[in-house]
Amino acid sequence: MNAQARTENEQGKGARLKKNKKWETPWIGYAFISPWLAGILLFILWPMGQSLYFSFTDYPLLDAPKWIGIGNYTKMFTEDDLFWKSIKITIVFVVISVPLKLMFALFMAMLLKQSVKGMSLFRTAVYFPSLVGASIAIAMLWQNILGRDGFVVAILSWFGREPVSIINSPDTSLLSLIVLAVWQFGSSMVIFLAGLKQIPGSLYEASAIDGASKLRQFFKITLPMLSPVILFNLIMQVISAFQMFTQAFVITGGGPMNSTNVFALYLYERAFTRFEMGYASALAWILLVIIALVTVLIFATSRKWVFYETEGGK
Amino acid sequence: MIQKTKALNFGILLVASMIMIYPIIWWVGAAFKSNEEMSRPGLFPSALKWSNFIDGWHAIPNYSFTHFYSNSLFLMGVLIIVSVISSSLVAFGFARLDFPLRNFWFVILMGTLMLPAQVTIIPQYTMFNSLGWVNTYFPFIVPHALAGGIGGSFFVFLLIQFIRGIPKELDESAKIDGCSWFRIYWNIFLPLIKPALVTVIIYCFLWNWDDFFGQLLYIGKIDSYTVTLALRMMNDSQSATDWGQLLAMGLVSVLPSAILFFAAQKHFVDGIATTGLK
Repeated sequence: MNAQARTENEQGKGARLKKNKKWETPWIGYAFISPWLAGILLFILWPMGQSLYFSFTDYPLLDAPKWIGIGNYTKMFTEDDLFWKSIKITIVFVVISVPLKLMFALFMAMLLKQSVKGMSLFRTAVYFPSLVGASIAIAMLWQNILGRDGFVVAILSWFGREPVSIINSPDTSLLSLIVLAVWQFGSSMVIFLAGLKQIPGSLYEASAIDGASKLRQFFKITLPMLSPVILFNLIMQVISAFQMFTQAFVITGGGPMNSTNVFALYLYERAFTRFEMGYASALAWILLVIIALVTVLIFATSRKWVFYETEGGK
Repeated sequence: MIQKTKALNFGILLVASMIMIYPIIWWVGAAFKSNEEMSRPGLFPSALKWSNFIDGWHAIPNYSFTHFYSNSLFLMGVLIIVSVISSSLVAFGFARLDFPLRNFWFVILMGTLMLPAQVTIIPQYTMFNSLGWVNTYFPFIVPHALAGGIGGSFFVFLLIQFIRGIPKELDESAKIDGCSWFRIYWNIFLPLIKPALVTVIIYCFLWNWDDFFGQLLYIGKIDSYTVTLALRMMNDSQSATDWGQLLAMGLVSVLPSAILFFAAQKHFVDGIATTGLK
Protein backbone atom coordinates (compact mmCIF):
# COMPACT_ATOMS: atom_id res chain seq x y z
CA MET A 1 0.00 0.00 0.00
CA ASN A 2 2.75 2.44 0.95
CA ALA A 3 4.87 1.72 -2.06
CA GLN A 4 1.87 2.09 -4.33
CA ALA A 5 0.92 5.43 -2.79
CA ARG A 6 4.49 6.62 -3.14
CA THR A 7 4.75 5.88 -6.86
CA GLU A 8 1.41 7.51 -7.44
CA ASN A 9 2.67 10.60 -5.67
CA GLU A 10 5.82 10.71 -7.70
CA GLN A 11 3.93 10.38 -10.93
CA GLY A 12 1.63 13.16 -9.82
CA LYS A 13 4.56 15.41 -9.02
CA GLY A 14 6.26 14.74 -12.34
CA ALA A 15 3.13 15.53 -14.29
CA ARG A 16 2.61 18.69 -12.26
CA LEU A 17 6.13 19.99 -12.89
CA LYS A 18 5.66 19.62 -16.62
CA LYS A 19 2.41 21.54 -16.57
CA ASN A 20 3.93 24.26 -14.41
CA LYS A 21 1.96 23.46 -11.25
CA LYS A 22 -1.52 23.39 -12.61
CA TRP A 23 -4.06 21.17 -10.95
CA GLU A 24 -6.48 19.31 -13.14
CA THR A 25 -9.55 19.75 -11.00
CA PRO A 26 -8.88 22.26 -8.23
CA TRP A 27 -12.44 23.50 -7.70
CA ILE A 28 -14.39 20.33 -8.23
CA GLY A 29 -11.86 18.56 -6.02
CA TYR A 30 -12.56 20.89 -3.15
CA ALA A 31 -16.28 20.61 -3.84
CA PHE A 32 -16.05 16.85 -3.32
CA ILE A 33 -14.09 17.00 -0.08
CA SER A 34 -15.93 20.05 1.24
CA PRO A 35 -18.16 18.10 3.68
CA TRP A 36 -15.13 16.51 5.28
CA LEU A 37 -13.22 19.78 5.24
CA ALA A 38 -16.07 21.58 6.99
CA GLY A 39 -16.30 18.75 9.51
CA ILE A 40 -12.60 18.70 10.22
CA LEU A 41 -12.47 22.46 10.73
CA LEU A 42 -15.66 22.69 12.81
CA PHE A 43 -15.45 19.53 14.87
CA ILE A 44 -11.75 18.68 15.06
CA LEU A 45 -9.29 21.51 14.39
CA TRP A 46 -11.27 24.37 15.93
CA PRO A 47 -12.20 22.33 19.04
CA MET A 48 -8.57 21.26 19.41
CA GLY A 49 -7.48 24.88 19.45
CA GLN A 50 -10.24 25.71 21.88
CA SER A 51 -9.40 22.85 24.18
CA LEU A 52 -5.76 23.94 24.22
CA TYR A 53 -6.95 27.41 25.20
CA PHE A 54 -9.37 26.03 27.83
CA SER A 55 -6.52 24.06 29.36
CA PHE A 56 -4.96 27.37 30.42
CA THR A 57 -8.17 28.65 31.97
CA ASP A 58 -10.52 28.13 34.86
CA TYR A 59 -13.77 27.22 33.13
CA PRO A 60 -16.79 26.03 35.13
CA LEU A 61 -19.04 25.59 32.04
CA LEU A 62 -21.67 28.15 33.07
CA ASP A 63 -19.21 31.04 33.43
CA ALA A 64 -16.79 32.28 30.81
CA PRO A 65 -13.28 30.78 30.83
CA LYS A 66 -10.79 32.76 32.95
CA TRP A 67 -7.12 32.73 31.98
CA ILE A 68 -4.91 31.23 34.69
CA GLY A 69 -1.79 30.43 32.67
CA ILE A 70 -0.23 27.08 33.45
CA GLY A 71 -2.19 26.86 36.72
CA ASN A 72 -4.04 23.68 35.75
CA TYR A 73 -0.84 21.93 34.78
CA THR A 74 1.07 22.89 37.93
CA LYS A 75 -1.89 21.81 40.05
CA MET A 76 -2.02 18.51 38.21
CA PHE A 77 1.65 17.74 38.62
CA THR A 78 2.12 18.97 42.18
CA GLU A 79 -1.16 18.60 44.07
CA ASP A 80 -3.35 16.08 42.31
CA ASP A 81 -2.66 12.59 43.69
CA LEU A 82 -5.56 11.11 41.72
CA PHE A 83 -3.97 12.32 38.49
CA TRP A 84 -0.79 10.38 39.21
CA LYS A 85 -2.77 7.39 40.38
CA SER A 86 -4.90 7.29 37.24
CA ILE A 87 -1.80 7.60 35.05
CA LYS A 88 -0.21 4.72 36.88
CA ILE A 89 -3.34 2.57 36.58
CA THR A 90 -3.73 3.35 32.89
CA ILE A 91 -0.10 2.49 32.16
CA VAL A 92 -0.40 -0.79 34.07
CA PHE A 93 -3.55 -1.56 32.08
CA VAL A 94 -1.90 -0.78 28.73
CA VAL A 95 1.40 -2.52 29.47
CA ILE A 96 -0.25 -5.74 30.60
CA SER A 97 -3.35 -5.97 28.42
CA VAL A 98 -1.91 -5.03 25.02
CA PRO A 99 1.01 -7.51 24.85
CA LEU A 100 -1.16 -10.32 26.25
CA LYS A 101 -3.88 -9.53 23.75
CA LEU A 102 -1.45 -9.55 20.83
CA MET A 103 0.21 -12.76 22.00
CA PHE A 104 -3.11 -14.59 22.21
CA ALA A 105 -4.16 -13.10 18.88
CA LEU A 106 -0.99 -14.29 17.16
CA PHE A 107 -1.10 -17.70 18.79
CA MET A 108 -4.70 -18.33 17.75
CA ALA A 109 -4.11 -16.91 14.28
CA MET A 110 -1.28 -19.40 13.77
CA LEU A 111 -3.50 -22.26 14.85
CA LEU A 112 -6.32 -21.08 12.60
CA LYS A 113 -4.00 -20.63 9.63
CA GLN A 114 -3.80 -24.36 9.14
CA SER A 115 -6.97 -25.55 7.55
CA VAL A 116 -8.69 -27.63 10.18
CA LYS A 117 -12.19 -29.02 10.23
CA GLY A 118 -14.74 -26.49 11.42
CA MET A 119 -12.28 -23.64 10.97
CA SER A 120 -14.95 -21.02 10.38
CA LEU A 121 -16.80 -22.14 13.49
CA PHE A 122 -13.66 -21.73 15.60
CA ARG A 123 -12.97 -18.37 14.05
CA THR A 124 -16.47 -17.19 14.84
CA ALA A 125 -16.23 -18.39 18.43
CA VAL A 126 -12.96 -16.58 18.98
CA TYR A 127 -14.02 -13.43 17.15
CA PHE A 128 -17.44 -13.07 18.72
CA PRO A 129 -16.30 -11.53 22.03
CA SER A 130 -14.63 -8.64 20.24
CA LEU A 131 -17.67 -8.15 18.02
CA VAL A 132 -19.91 -7.28 20.95
CA GLY A 133 -17.18 -6.45 23.47
CA ALA A 134 -17.57 -2.68 23.44
CA SER A 135 -21.26 -2.83 24.27
CA ILE A 136 -22.73 -2.05 27.64
CA ALA A 137 -24.38 -5.49 27.61
CA ILE A 138 -20.97 -7.18 27.81
CA ALA A 139 -19.97 -4.88 30.63
CA MET A 140 -23.10 -5.94 32.50
CA LEU A 141 -22.40 -9.60 31.81
CA TRP A 142 -18.90 -9.16 33.18
CA GLN A 143 -20.24 -7.36 36.20
CA ASN A 144 -22.43 -10.37 36.91
CA ILE A 145 -20.00 -13.23 36.37
CA LEU A 146 -17.15 -11.57 38.29
CA GLY A 147 -19.37 -10.15 41.02
CA ARG A 148 -19.86 -11.65 44.47
CA ASP A 149 -22.55 -14.05 43.26
CA GLY A 150 -21.01 -14.67 39.87
CA PHE A 151 -20.09 -18.11 38.63
CA VAL A 152 -16.39 -17.32 38.25
CA VAL A 153 -16.21 -16.58 41.96
CA ALA A 154 -18.04 -19.84 42.60
CA ILE A 155 -15.57 -21.80 40.48
CA LEU A 156 -12.55 -20.13 42.08
CA SER A 157 -13.89 -20.91 45.54
CA TRP A 158 -13.64 -24.64 44.71
CA PHE A 159 -9.92 -24.03 44.55
CA GLY A 160 -9.89 -22.37 47.93
CA ARG A 161 -10.28 -18.72 46.99
CA GLU A 162 -12.42 -16.76 49.39
CA PRO A 163 -15.82 -16.14 47.79
CA VAL A 164 -15.52 -12.38 47.48
CA SER A 165 -16.31 -10.28 44.45
CA ILE A 166 -13.47 -9.97 41.96
CA ILE A 167 -14.52 -6.55 40.72
CA ASN A 168 -15.06 -5.14 44.20
CA SER A 169 -11.68 -5.97 45.70
CA PRO A 170 -9.01 -3.37 45.02
CA ASP A 171 -6.41 -6.09 44.42
CA THR A 172 -8.25 -7.78 41.57
CA SER A 173 -10.56 -5.14 40.09
CA LEU A 174 -8.03 -3.87 37.55
CA LEU A 175 -7.18 -7.46 36.69
CA SER A 176 -10.81 -8.11 35.78
CA LEU A 177 -10.73 -5.22 33.30
CA ILE A 178 -7.48 -6.54 31.86
CA VAL A 179 -8.96 -10.00 31.40
CA LEU A 180 -11.99 -8.47 29.71
CA ALA A 181 -9.73 -6.56 27.31
CA VAL A 182 -7.58 -9.60 26.52
CA TRP A 183 -10.71 -11.68 25.92
CA GLN A 184 -11.44 -9.40 22.97
CA PHE A 185 -8.34 -10.27 20.96
CA GLY A 186 -10.47 -11.35 17.99
CA SER A 187 -10.08 -8.31 15.76
CA SER A 188 -6.28 -8.29 16.12
CA MET A 189 -6.35 -11.99 15.37
CA VAL A 190 -8.21 -11.48 12.11
CA ILE A 191 -5.58 -8.95 11.03
CA PHE A 192 -2.79 -11.38 11.95
CA LEU A 193 -4.56 -14.10 10.02
CA ALA A 194 -4.66 -11.94 6.90
CA GLY A 195 -0.96 -11.15 7.41
CA LEU A 196 0.02 -14.79 7.87
CA LYS A 197 -1.67 -15.71 4.61
CA GLN A 198 0.61 -13.25 2.79
CA ILE A 199 3.78 -15.08 3.81
CA PRO A 200 4.87 -17.24 0.87
CA GLY A 201 4.77 -20.94 1.70
CA SER A 202 7.99 -21.44 -0.28
CA LEU A 203 9.94 -19.80 2.57
CA TYR A 204 8.81 -22.50 4.99
CA GLU A 205 9.41 -25.29 2.47
CA ALA A 206 12.93 -24.10 1.68
CA SER A 207 13.86 -23.75 5.34
CA ALA A 208 12.38 -27.16 6.15
CA ILE A 209 14.65 -28.71 3.52
CA ASP A 210 17.57 -26.98 5.21
CA GLY A 211 16.49 -28.64 8.43
CA ALA A 212 15.06 -25.67 10.33
CA SER A 213 12.88 -26.57 13.29
CA LYS A 214 9.35 -25.20 13.73
CA LEU A 215 10.56 -22.92 16.51
CA ARG A 216 13.35 -21.56 14.35
CA GLN A 217 10.94 -21.03 11.48
CA PHE A 218 8.70 -19.04 13.81
CA PHE A 219 11.49 -16.70 14.93
CA LYS A 220 13.32 -16.44 11.62
CA ILE A 221 10.43 -16.40 9.15
CA THR A 222 7.02 -15.82 10.74
CA LEU A 223 7.95 -13.03 13.14
CA PRO A 224 10.06 -10.96 10.71
CA MET A 225 7.59 -11.36 7.86
CA LEU A 226 4.71 -10.45 10.13
CA SER A 227 6.44 -7.55 11.87
CA PRO A 228 4.72 -4.75 9.89
CA VAL A 229 1.36 -6.21 10.91
CA ILE A 230 2.53 -6.54 14.51
CA LEU A 231 3.51 -2.88 14.46
CA PHE A 232 0.10 -1.88 13.09
CA ASN A 233 -1.79 -3.95 15.68
CA LEU A 234 0.46 -2.74 18.49
CA ILE A 235 -0.12 0.92 17.72
CA MET A 236 -3.88 0.60 17.23
CA GLN A 237 -4.28 -1.39 20.43
CA VAL A 238 -2.07 0.91 22.51
CA ILE A 239 -4.00 3.97 21.36
CA SER A 240 -7.37 2.45 22.17
CA ALA A 241 -6.19 0.96 25.48
CA PHE A 242 -5.11 4.40 26.68
CA GLN A 243 -8.68 5.59 26.10
CA MET A 244 -10.51 2.70 27.77
CA PHE A 245 -13.71 4.08 29.27
CA THR A 246 -16.99 2.16 28.96
CA GLN A 247 -15.93 -0.96 30.81
CA ALA A 248 -14.44 0.93 33.74
CA PHE A 249 -17.43 3.26 33.88
CA VAL A 250 -20.05 0.50 33.89
CA ILE A 251 -18.34 -2.39 35.66
CA THR A 252 -16.38 -0.74 38.45
CA GLY A 253 -17.19 2.96 38.19
CA GLY A 254 -13.51 3.59 38.89
CA GLY A 255 -13.63 1.90 42.28
CA PRO A 256 -13.06 0.33 44.66
CA MET A 257 -10.80 2.97 46.19
CA ASN A 258 -9.99 4.35 42.73
CA SER A 259 -8.20 1.13 41.82
CA THR A 260 -9.72 1.22 38.33
CA ASN A 261 -9.95 4.98 37.88
CA VAL A 262 -8.36 4.97 34.44
CA PHE A 263 -7.37 8.23 32.81
CA ALA A 264 -10.39 8.61 30.49
CA LEU A 265 -12.72 7.98 33.40
CA TYR A 266 -10.96 10.49 35.61
CA LEU A 267 -11.17 13.04 32.81
CA TYR A 268 -14.89 12.36 32.38
CA GLU A 269 -15.51 12.83 36.07
CA ARG A 270 -13.64 16.16 36.16
CA ALA A 271 -15.43 17.41 33.06
CA PHE A 272 -18.97 16.17 33.38
CA THR A 273 -19.59 15.61 37.08
CA ARG A 274 -17.56 18.47 38.50
CA PHE A 275 -17.80 20.62 35.34
CA GLU A 276 -14.17 21.69 35.60
CA MET A 277 -13.82 22.11 31.86
CA GLY A 278 -10.48 23.90 32.03
CA TYR A 279 -8.83 21.28 34.20
CA ALA A 280 -10.34 18.45 32.16
CA SER A 281 -9.03 20.03 28.95
CA ALA A 282 -5.56 20.10 30.46
CA LEU A 283 -5.97 16.39 31.29
CA ALA A 284 -7.01 15.72 27.69
CA TRP A 285 -3.88 17.40 26.35
CA ILE A 286 -1.72 15.37 28.71
CA LEU A 287 -3.41 12.25 27.36
CA LEU A 288 -2.75 13.38 23.79
CA VAL A 289 0.91 14.06 24.59
CA ILE A 290 1.32 10.67 26.27
CA ILE A 291 -0.29 8.82 23.37
CA ALA A 292 1.77 10.79 20.82
CA LEU A 293 5.01 10.12 22.74
CA VAL A 294 4.32 6.42 23.05
CA THR A 295 3.40 6.16 19.36
CA VAL A 296 6.56 8.00 18.31
CA LEU A 297 8.59 5.78 20.62
CA ILE A 298 7.11 2.63 19.10
CA PHE A 299 7.78 3.94 15.59
CA ALA A 300 11.35 4.86 16.53
CA THR A 301 12.11 1.39 17.87
CA SER A 302 10.28 -0.22 14.96
CA ARG A 303 13.28 0.45 12.73
CA LYS A 304 15.12 -2.13 14.74
CA TRP A 305 12.52 -4.87 14.61
CA VAL A 306 10.18 -4.27 11.69
CA PHE A 307 11.23 -5.94 8.49
CA TYR A 308 10.10 -4.45 5.18
CA GLU A 309 10.51 -6.73 2.23
CA THR A 310 10.78 -3.86 -0.25
CA GLU A 311 13.95 -2.56 1.41
CA GLY A 312 15.61 -5.90 0.94
CA GLY A 313 15.89 -6.42 4.69
CA LYS A 314 18.96 -6.00 6.84
CA MET B 1 4.13 -36.87 13.25
CA ILE B 2 2.07 -34.50 11.09
CA GLN B 3 -1.10 -36.31 12.18
CA LYS B 4 -0.08 -35.83 15.79
CA THR B 5 0.56 -32.08 15.53
CA LYS B 6 -2.72 -31.68 13.65
CA ALA B 7 -4.61 -33.43 16.42
CA LEU B 8 -2.80 -31.33 19.01
CA ASN B 9 -3.67 -28.10 17.16
CA PHE B 10 -7.25 -29.18 16.92
CA GLY B 11 -7.34 -29.96 20.64
CA ILE B 12 -5.89 -26.58 21.61
CA LEU B 13 -8.29 -24.79 19.28
CA LEU B 14 -11.24 -26.64 20.73
CA VAL B 15 -10.32 -25.86 24.34
CA ALA B 16 -9.42 -22.24 23.62
CA SER B 17 -12.57 -21.47 21.70
CA MET B 18 -14.67 -23.17 24.37
CA ILE B 19 -13.12 -20.91 27.02
CA MET B 20 -13.64 -17.88 24.81
CA ILE B 21 -17.27 -18.58 24.08
CA TYR B 22 -18.26 -20.04 27.45
CA PRO B 23 -19.31 -16.71 29.01
CA ILE B 24 -21.52 -16.03 25.99
CA ILE B 25 -23.19 -19.42 26.14
CA TRP B 26 -23.60 -19.06 29.87
CA TRP B 27 -25.20 -15.69 29.20
CA VAL B 28 -27.81 -17.24 26.90
CA GLY B 29 -28.72 -19.74 29.61
CA ALA B 30 -28.64 -17.13 32.37
CA ALA B 31 -31.13 -14.95 30.52
CA PHE B 32 -33.68 -17.68 31.25
CA LYS B 33 -32.61 -18.28 34.85
CA SER B 34 -34.22 -17.21 38.07
CA ASN B 35 -32.15 -15.13 40.47
CA GLU B 36 -31.49 -18.13 42.73
CA GLU B 37 -29.81 -20.07 39.95
CA MET B 38 -27.82 -17.14 38.66
CA SER B 39 -24.59 -17.79 40.56
CA ARG B 40 -24.17 -21.34 39.32
CA PRO B 41 -21.65 -22.03 36.56
CA GLY B 42 -24.01 -24.52 34.93
CA LEU B 43 -25.31 -23.55 31.54
CA PHE B 44 -28.91 -24.61 31.64
CA PRO B 45 -31.68 -23.26 33.84
CA SER B 46 -33.92 -25.83 35.50
CA ALA B 47 -36.92 -24.13 33.94
CA LEU B 48 -37.03 -21.55 31.17
CA LYS B 49 -38.07 -18.28 32.74
CA TRP B 50 -39.50 -16.43 29.73
CA SER B 51 -40.82 -13.73 32.04
CA ASN B 52 -37.27 -12.32 32.21
CA PHE B 53 -37.78 -11.13 28.66
CA ILE B 54 -41.36 -9.97 29.08
CA ASP B 55 -40.80 -8.15 32.38
CA GLY B 56 -37.41 -6.84 31.25
CA TRP B 57 -38.99 -5.38 28.14
CA HIS B 58 -41.24 -3.26 30.38
CA ALA B 59 -38.79 -2.76 33.26
CA ILE B 60 -38.53 1.00 32.82
CA PRO B 61 -41.73 2.62 34.07
CA ASN B 62 -43.97 4.23 31.41
CA TYR B 63 -41.76 2.98 28.58
CA SER B 64 -41.08 -0.29 26.87
CA PHE B 65 -38.03 -1.36 24.97
CA THR B 66 -40.05 -1.07 21.77
CA HIS B 67 -39.66 2.68 22.20
CA PHE B 68 -35.89 2.50 22.78
CA TYR B 69 -35.36 0.14 19.87
CA SER B 70 -37.24 2.42 17.52
CA ASN B 71 -35.12 5.35 18.78
CA SER B 72 -31.90 3.41 18.24
CA LEU B 73 -32.90 2.04 14.86
CA PHE B 74 -34.03 5.46 13.67
CA LEU B 75 -30.73 7.00 14.74
CA MET B 76 -28.69 4.19 13.16
CA GLY B 77 -30.65 4.47 9.93
CA VAL B 78 -29.99 8.20 9.62
CA LEU B 79 -26.32 7.83 10.57
CA ILE B 80 -25.79 5.08 8.02
CA ILE B 81 -27.41 7.03 5.18
CA VAL B 82 -25.50 10.26 5.82
CA SER B 83 -22.23 8.38 6.43
CA VAL B 84 -22.43 6.41 3.20
CA ILE B 85 -23.11 9.51 1.13
CA SER B 86 -20.57 11.82 2.78
CA SER B 87 -17.72 9.34 3.11
CA SER B 88 -18.02 8.06 -0.47
CA LEU B 89 -18.16 11.61 -1.84
CA VAL B 90 -15.05 12.65 0.08
CA ALA B 91 -13.20 9.43 -0.70
CA PHE B 92 -13.87 9.89 -4.41
CA GLY B 93 -12.46 13.41 -4.19
CA PHE B 94 -9.28 12.22 -2.50
CA ALA B 95 -8.78 9.19 -4.71
CA ARG B 96 -9.59 10.61 -8.14
CA LEU B 97 -9.39 14.39 -8.21
CA ASP B 98 -6.33 16.59 -8.30
CA PHE B 99 -6.39 19.72 -6.19
CA PRO B 100 -3.97 21.89 -4.20
CA LEU B 101 -2.90 20.63 -0.76
CA ARG B 102 -4.42 17.23 -1.39
CA ASN B 103 -1.54 15.41 0.30
CA PHE B 104 -1.61 17.80 3.23
CA TRP B 105 -5.32 17.12 3.87
CA PHE B 106 -4.72 13.41 3.43
CA VAL B 107 -2.13 13.52 6.22
CA ILE B 108 -4.66 15.33 8.41
CA LEU B 109 -7.17 12.62 7.62
CA MET B 110 -4.72 9.94 8.71
CA GLY B 111 -3.95 11.94 11.84
CA THR B 112 -7.60 12.04 12.87
CA LEU B 113 -7.66 8.24 12.71
CA MET B 114 -5.38 8.23 15.74
CA LEU B 115 -6.61 11.33 17.55
CA PRO B 116 -8.05 10.53 20.98
CA ALA B 117 -11.62 11.81 21.20
CA GLN B 118 -10.99 13.32 24.63
CA VAL B 119 -9.10 16.24 23.12
CA THR B 120 -12.12 17.50 21.21
CA ILE B 121 -14.98 16.30 23.39
CA ILE B 122 -15.12 19.26 25.78
CA PRO B 123 -15.22 22.07 23.19
CA GLN B 124 -17.61 19.99 21.11
CA TYR B 125 -19.84 19.62 24.12
CA THR B 126 -19.81 23.35 24.87
CA MET B 127 -20.45 24.06 21.18
CA PHE B 128 -23.43 21.70 20.95
CA ASN B 129 -24.65 22.96 24.30
CA SER B 130 -24.68 26.58 23.13
CA LEU B 131 -26.41 25.55 19.90
CA GLY B 132 -29.14 23.91 21.97
CA TRP B 133 -28.34 20.49 20.48
CA VAL B 134 -27.92 18.63 23.77
CA ASN B 135 -30.83 16.19 24.13
CA THR B 136 -31.24 15.96 20.37
CA TYR B 137 -29.63 13.59 17.87
CA PHE B 138 -27.85 16.42 16.03
CA PRO B 139 -24.49 15.89 17.84
CA PHE B 140 -24.41 12.48 16.14
CA ILE B 141 -26.02 13.24 12.79
CA VAL B 142 -24.22 16.46 11.84
CA PRO B 143 -20.63 15.16 12.32
CA HIS B 144 -21.50 11.99 10.42
CA ALA B 145 -23.03 14.02 7.60
CA LEU B 146 -19.65 15.79 7.37
CA ALA B 147 -17.74 12.50 7.05
CA GLY B 148 -16.77 12.63 10.71
CA GLY B 149 -18.23 11.16 13.88
CA ILE B 150 -17.50 7.65 15.02
CA GLY B 151 -15.53 5.86 12.33
CA GLY B 152 -15.85 8.75 9.83
CA SER B 153 -12.16 9.08 8.95
CA PHE B 154 -11.84 5.32 8.86
CA PHE B 155 -14.67 5.02 6.34
CA VAL B 156 -13.14 7.68 4.10
CA PHE B 157 -9.76 5.96 4.30
CA LEU B 158 -11.24 2.54 3.56
CA LEU B 159 -13.13 3.84 0.53
CA ILE B 160 -10.06 5.70 -0.78
CA GLN B 161 -8.12 2.44 -0.68
CA PHE B 162 -10.94 0.67 -2.48
CA ILE B 163 -11.37 3.33 -5.19
CA ARG B 164 -7.62 3.35 -5.86
CA GLY B 165 -7.94 -0.28 -6.89
CA ILE B 166 -10.37 0.59 -9.69
CA PRO B 167 -8.72 1.15 -13.11
CA LYS B 168 -8.38 4.81 -14.08
CA GLU B 169 -9.29 4.13 -17.71
CA LEU B 170 -12.86 3.87 -16.54
CA ASP B 171 -13.24 7.50 -15.46
CA GLU B 172 -11.03 8.72 -18.31
CA SER B 173 -13.28 7.20 -20.94
CA ALA B 174 -16.36 8.50 -19.16
CA LYS B 175 -14.71 11.91 -19.12
CA ILE B 176 -14.13 11.76 -22.87
CA ASP B 177 -17.80 10.91 -23.31
CA GLY B 178 -18.57 14.19 -21.59
CA CYS B 179 -19.62 12.89 -18.21
CA SER B 180 -19.36 15.38 -15.33
CA TRP B 181 -17.32 14.37 -12.29
CA PHE B 182 -20.43 14.18 -10.19
CA ARG B 183 -22.10 11.83 -12.64
CA ILE B 184 -18.95 9.70 -12.79
CA TYR B 185 -19.12 9.45 -9.00
CA TRP B 186 -22.85 8.85 -8.84
CA ASN B 187 -23.49 6.64 -11.86
CA ILE B 188 -20.22 4.77 -12.24
CA PHE B 189 -18.39 4.64 -8.94
CA LEU B 190 -21.18 4.26 -6.41
CA PRO B 191 -22.34 0.98 -7.98
CA LEU B 192 -18.72 -0.20 -8.28
CA ILE B 193 -17.80 0.39 -4.66
CA LYS B 194 -20.88 -1.34 -3.26
CA PRO B 195 -18.89 -4.07 -1.48
CA ALA B 196 -16.87 -1.46 0.38
CA LEU B 197 -20.03 0.49 1.18
CA VAL B 198 -21.48 -2.62 2.77
CA THR B 199 -18.42 -2.71 5.03
CA VAL B 200 -19.02 0.95 5.89
CA ILE B 201 -22.66 0.24 6.71
CA ILE B 202 -21.73 -2.68 8.94
CA TYR B 203 -19.11 -0.81 10.95
CA CYS B 204 -21.20 2.36 11.12
CA PHE B 205 -23.99 0.32 12.66
CA LEU B 206 -21.80 -1.68 15.02
CA TRP B 207 -19.74 1.18 16.41
CA ASN B 208 -22.64 3.55 16.82
CA TRP B 209 -24.87 0.88 18.29
CA ASP B 210 -22.21 0.17 20.92
CA ASP B 211 -21.22 3.80 21.42
CA PHE B 212 -21.70 4.66 25.04
CA PHE B 213 -19.69 7.77 25.74
CA GLY B 214 -21.39 9.99 23.15
CA GLN B 215 -24.90 8.89 24.02
CA LEU B 216 -24.18 9.30 27.71
CA LEU B 217 -23.08 12.89 27.09
CA TYR B 218 -25.71 14.12 24.70
CA ILE B 219 -28.93 12.26 25.46
CA GLY B 220 -30.47 13.04 28.84
CA LYS B 221 -34.21 12.69 28.24
CA ILE B 222 -35.66 9.21 28.74
CA ASP B 223 -37.94 9.84 25.81
CA SER B 224 -34.99 9.93 23.40
CA TYR B 225 -32.98 7.19 25.14
CA THR B 226 -31.32 4.58 22.97
CA VAL B 227 -31.14 0.89 23.85
CA THR B 228 -27.67 1.41 25.33
CA LEU B 229 -28.87 4.14 27.67
CA ALA B 230 -31.99 2.22 28.63
CA LEU B 231 -29.82 -0.74 29.61
CA ARG B 232 -27.61 1.50 31.67
CA MET B 233 -30.66 2.93 33.41
CA MET B 234 -31.90 -0.57 34.21
CA ASN B 235 -28.47 -1.51 35.46
CA ASP B 236 -28.25 1.50 37.78
CA SER B 237 -31.76 1.41 39.13
CA GLN B 238 -32.09 -2.24 39.97
CA SER B 239 -28.54 -3.33 40.70
CA ALA B 240 -28.46 -6.91 41.95
CA THR B 241 -32.24 -7.08 42.20
CA ASP B 242 -33.07 -8.81 38.97
CA TRP B 243 -30.13 -10.07 37.02
CA GLY B 244 -32.29 -12.33 34.89
CA GLN B 245 -34.09 -9.37 33.34
CA LEU B 246 -30.88 -7.38 32.90
CA LEU B 247 -29.04 -10.22 31.19
CA ALA B 248 -32.08 -11.00 29.04
CA MET B 249 -32.33 -7.42 27.83
CA GLY B 250 -28.57 -7.24 27.32
CA LEU B 251 -28.72 -10.38 25.23
CA VAL B 252 -31.48 -8.97 23.04
CA SER B 253 -29.44 -5.78 22.61
CA VAL B 254 -26.51 -7.59 20.98
CA LEU B 255 -28.76 -9.57 18.65
CA PRO B 256 -28.73 -6.98 15.83
CA SER B 257 -24.92 -6.98 15.80
CA ALA B 258 -24.79 -10.77 15.90
CA ILE B 259 -27.29 -11.13 13.06
CA LEU B 260 -25.38 -8.58 11.01
CA PHE B 261 -22.16 -10.49 11.63
CA PHE B 262 -23.55 -13.84 10.54
CA ALA B 263 -25.25 -12.33 7.51
CA ALA B 264 -22.12 -10.58 6.27
CA GLN B 265 -19.07 -12.42 7.64
CA LYS B 266 -17.04 -11.93 4.50
CA HIS B 267 -17.34 -8.16 4.61
CA PHE B 268 -16.04 -8.12 8.17
CA VAL B 269 -12.80 -9.72 7.24
CA ASP B 270 -12.51 -7.50 4.17
CA GLY B 271 -13.05 -4.40 6.25
CA ILE B 272 -10.51 -5.35 8.86
CA ALA B 273 -7.96 -6.51 6.33
CA THR B 274 -8.06 -3.33 4.24
CA THR B 275 -7.26 -1.10 7.21
CA GLY B 276 -3.54 -1.51 6.99
CA LEU B 277 -2.57 -4.36 4.78
CA LYS B 278 -1.80 -4.76 1.16
